[in-house]
Formats: sequence, structure tokens, C-alpha cells
Amino acid sequence: MPFRLLKYALTKEHPAPRFFKSHETPKKSYDVVIIGGGGHGLAAAYYLAKDHGITNVAVLEKGYIGGGNTGRNTTIVRSNYLTPEGVNFYDASVKIYEGLSEELDLNLFYSTRGHFTLAHTESAMRTMRWRAEVNKHVGVESRVVGPDEIAKACPQLDLSCSGQAPILGALFHAPGSVARHDGVAWGYARGADRLGAEIFQNTEVLGIDVINGKVRGVKTNKGYIETKQVLSAVAGFTPRITEMVDLETPIVIHPLQACVTEPMKPWLDTILVSGSLHVYVSQSSRGELVMGSSLDPYEVHSTRSTLDFVEGLTSHMLDMFPFLSNVKVVRQWAGMADMTPDFAPIMGKTPIEGFYLDAGWGTWGFKATPISGKTMAQTIANDSAPDLIHSFRLSRFEDYELTGEKGAASVGH
Amino acid sequence: MKLLTCPINGTRPLSEFIFGGEYREAPNQDSCTDAEWAAYVHNRSGAPGDKKEWWYHSPSGTWFIAERNTLTDKVSRTYLLGPNNTANIDINPVQEASK
Ligand SMILES: Cc1cc2nc3c(=O)[nH]c(=O)nc-3n(C[C@H](O)[C@H](O)[C@H](O)COP(=O)(O)OP(=O)(O)OC[C@H]3O[C@@H](n4cnc5c(N)ncnc54)[C@H](O)[C@@H]3O)c2cc1C
Repeated sequence: MPFRLLKYALTKEHPAPRFFKSHETPKKSYDVVIIGGGGHGLAAAYYLAKDHGITNVAVLEKGYIGGGNTGRNTTIVRSNYLTPEGVNFYDASVKIYEGLSEELDLNLFYSTRGHFTLAHTESAMRTMRWRAEVNKHVGVESRVVGPDEIAKACPQLDLSCSGQAPILGALFHAPGSVARHDGVAWGYARGADRLGAEIFQNTEVLGIDVINGKVRGVKTNKGYIETKQVLSAVAGFTPRITEMVDLETPIVIHPLQACVTEPMKPWLDTILVSGSLHVYVSQSSRGELVMGSSLDPYEVHSTRSTLDFVEGLTSHMLDMFPFLSNVKVVRQWAGMADMTPDFAPIMGKTPIEGFYLDAGWGTWGFKATPISGKTMAQTIANDSAPDLIHSFRLSRFEDYELTGEKGAASVGH
Repeated sequence: MKLLTCPINGTRPLSEFIFGGEYREAPNQDSCTDAEWAAYVHNRSGAPGDKKEWWYHSPSGTWFIAERNTLTDKVSRTYLLGPNNTANIDINPVQEASK
């Protein structure tokens, strides 16, 4: 037992230490204002302070920290993408994640499980080979494996998938991991707070002042804040923020749902993804199966759950694991995924001076939390985006230089 | 929204329909700038609100327009596109069941 727990047993008072100072009213001005207290916004605040010594920073969160997509995802971390730019970027994130519990002094339950992307068709096998070659080339551990190796890693899996979609092979990605998602938000929040950033919950940005193409301040429900640099890190709310500054982007919002079963004894060691069956699943440290599927089929700005989703998902889960038929689904929920046409994020500078965008994280942004925080902090500190995120710039659309990552999306969306 | 009204086949379950994205007017390709064309190709009006959208009734192969609020997910009307074909179907109260 850590000493800091033991000492509560010895004292009469039990003051639960707060993770970060609770501020009520923002100051008149800040060097940088970050909109959105999800993992990305908080990580950016942390690295602004730690890497660049910029601490006069406010993070404004309209609800509670981690209450957006950060606390709603299925927590899969991997770097087996399709473009070298994507693989390099996500690999840098995986490397930070591996040491992050120690750096933030908080157990993030980061657990490296190995990740299988199952292929049920020849064309899927082709994409797996393609991804494996790109990954190897960049130095990321991925290889194509046959059914034997899959059966060894997960003997419970019905390789014929009830005869519906026999598994031909898989892309195996050794570094594939899961983590405690809200822990990531809380860890970065505490880290940023200790270094001097101020975090405001229940604080909503209602407008952004732009004068002569330059950011001058933000309007919030707690008054006006002067600032010359604003980072928008609001995932599913991005179109509402970009509308405030008249910035057009390709982002559209579709709900993405997930659910968990009742807890079971540990039996599923690996992370399994099936594009054809639209399933991704892992077992959490609490024993629940954490499951997700494809995007909802049409645009809605809402986090409602649907029966269609659980019905479709569980029927495919039973194709893979018929023995689960008596296991109950205990919770389901949804987040709002900010989708881009090439399934790559939109990061960096914008045509508005002082307005930085960290968006387009769709169904894939949790794994990028550390590296996006780090690179956005760099972008803000230097007013120039590092090479690592050049392929994710907003102007790639105007240049017709898309970064096609759809083939690496976990399930066919 | 769990039901949608096809202008030809009436109110049907949503599972019979496919979303076709927002209805958008293309700029004139001969006179617009490259930047305007790129914006048309890639950008979308992603903020929530009342939208005019393409929907497809797949059993009958019918493309039509639905006017829908993307925040509340309520459809106000559906109709076929075209000068003589704006059959104006008001959504019947059944649509209200779609919470
Ligand atoms: C069901 C589901 C499963 C997913 N699975 C995975 C996965 O397995 N692996 C993976 O890598 N990614 C996954 N993702 C994607 C991932 O969750 C997101 O891309 C990522 O968490 C985005 O983090 P963020 O910090 O940018 O946004 P968020 O965590 O959404 O934070 C944005 C915050 O901004 C706040 N905000 C919005 N508007 C305002 C305003 N006007 N003023 C103040 N605050 C505002 C919101 O309240 C919110 O807290 C999944 C997403 C979902 C929905």
C-alpha cells in the first residue's frame, strides 16, 4: 500500500486531495485559452507548461473534464495505420503512452495486449499485407498472421464465425494497448494544474472575437477573456466553434456508440477487431467486455443510444463467440465523432491568426492524446506546426493532398 | 427518427433508407476559382441546424430530399427534387414517435 494511503489510516481527518485547483472566475486575460477539457486540451496545456514554459493558460470546459469523447471511447491505442505519416505520428503517441503513468504519477492501467485486425476476405488480407509492410518500413511491429496464430492467442474465438465469415488471417500488432481513459484526462489535468495552468469546469465558450483576421478574445458564460491565442480541442463540437470564426472545414458529426457486458473472469487477453463484422472488443481490467462498432449511419449532433446498435453488435459478437449468449450487456452510450473525409485529423494553424485547430479525431483520437497535446503545444509556442503534423493541416484539402487513412479505420465505416 | 416518409412509398422504417449527405448547389465550374471549387468538393456545413438532405429509399430506388434538423433529428418535410416534382409530403404525426 502506498504511504500516502496508509497515512489516512493513521490520522482522524481524511481530506481527499483535489486533483486540481477549483477556479471559479477566469482572469481578465491569458496568453493562451484552450477550449475543451478533454484529453487533447488538457494534454496541450500540460505540454505548453512543461515543454515551453507557457503557464498563463486557461482551459475552459463547458461540462466536466473528460466528459466528452475522452470518457466515452473504447480506449484502444495502436499505431498500425496505413500511411507512413499516420504510422509515424501514432507511433510517437504510443511511445509517450508507454511511460505516461510514471510521468504523470498516476496509474493509467496502460495494458499492452497485442491487437489483431481480423480479415475475412481476400481483399481485407490485401489491406493487412499493405499495412504490415508500411508499418515494418517505418519500424512499427506489425505482421500478417494465419488462423493458427489467432487461435493460439484467442482459443475462444470461432474461426468460422458461425460459418458466416471464416477468418483467413489477421494483421497482428504487438504494441496494441488499452488504458483507463478518464485517468488520462485527470492525469494531464493534474500535471497542467501543478505547472500553473488554470482549469475551469462549467465554463462554456459562446463566441470568439476576431478583429482583422486576428484572435482578440473569447466570450464565455463567465465573462469576456482577452487572449491572442485560442486552441479549439472540442472534438464533436468542432463545427460549432469553427462557425464562430467563419471557418469552413470538411468535418461532419456522426454518433459513435459503445457498450459493455457484465464483468467476467479474465479470458480475453488480446484486442480483437473485425472490419467485416463491425466489431472491436477487449476485456477491461474490471472484467467487462468493452465493445464498439461502426458509426451511426447519418449525421446527428446527439449522444443518444439506439437498440439497433446493440442488436447489430451483439449478433456479430455471437458469430465470433457463441458461448457469450447468456452474458448481459449492462451499459451503452454514445459520443459525437468529428469525421473527416480521409479519416485523418485536422491539426495546426488556420487562416485566422491565433486560432489553432485540433480536431477531426472521429473514432480514432484517444490514442493520439499525448502526441496531439505535445505537437499542438509546439504549434502554439512557435506559431508554426512541426513536420510530424504537416500532413494533417487544414489546407491539405485545398491542396488536394489528403492523407488517406480510411483503410486503417478499425471497422469499415 | 425511426421512421421516414418516402414521397412515393409513404412512411417506412428507417432501416429501409440510406443517408446521402447534405443537398448542395455546385458553383459554376467555368467561372469559380480553384479555391471555391476545392471548398465545394471538401467542406461541409457541419454545425447543427435545419438541413436539406439527400435520402434514398433502397427497396424502391427512390432518391428524395428530406428537411431535417440535425440537432433534434426531427424531419419537417420530404419531397422529390425537380421543378414539377416537388411533391410536398407533410410528415404525419406518426413521425413524432421518433424520439
Ligand atoms: C464510442 C467511442 C469509441 C471510441 N473508441 C476509440 C478508441 O478505441 N481508440 C481511439 O483512439 N479513439 C477512440 N474514439 C475517439 C476518441 O474518443 C476521441 O477522438 C478523443 O477522445 C477526442 O478527445 P478530445 O479531447 O479531442 O475531445 P473530447 O474528449 O470530446 O473533449 C472535448 C471537450 O470540449 C468541451 N466543449 C465543447 N464545446 C465547448 C465550448 N463551447 N466551451 C467549452 N468547452 C467545450 C466538451 O464538453 C468536451 O469535454 C472513440 C470515440 C467514441 C465516441
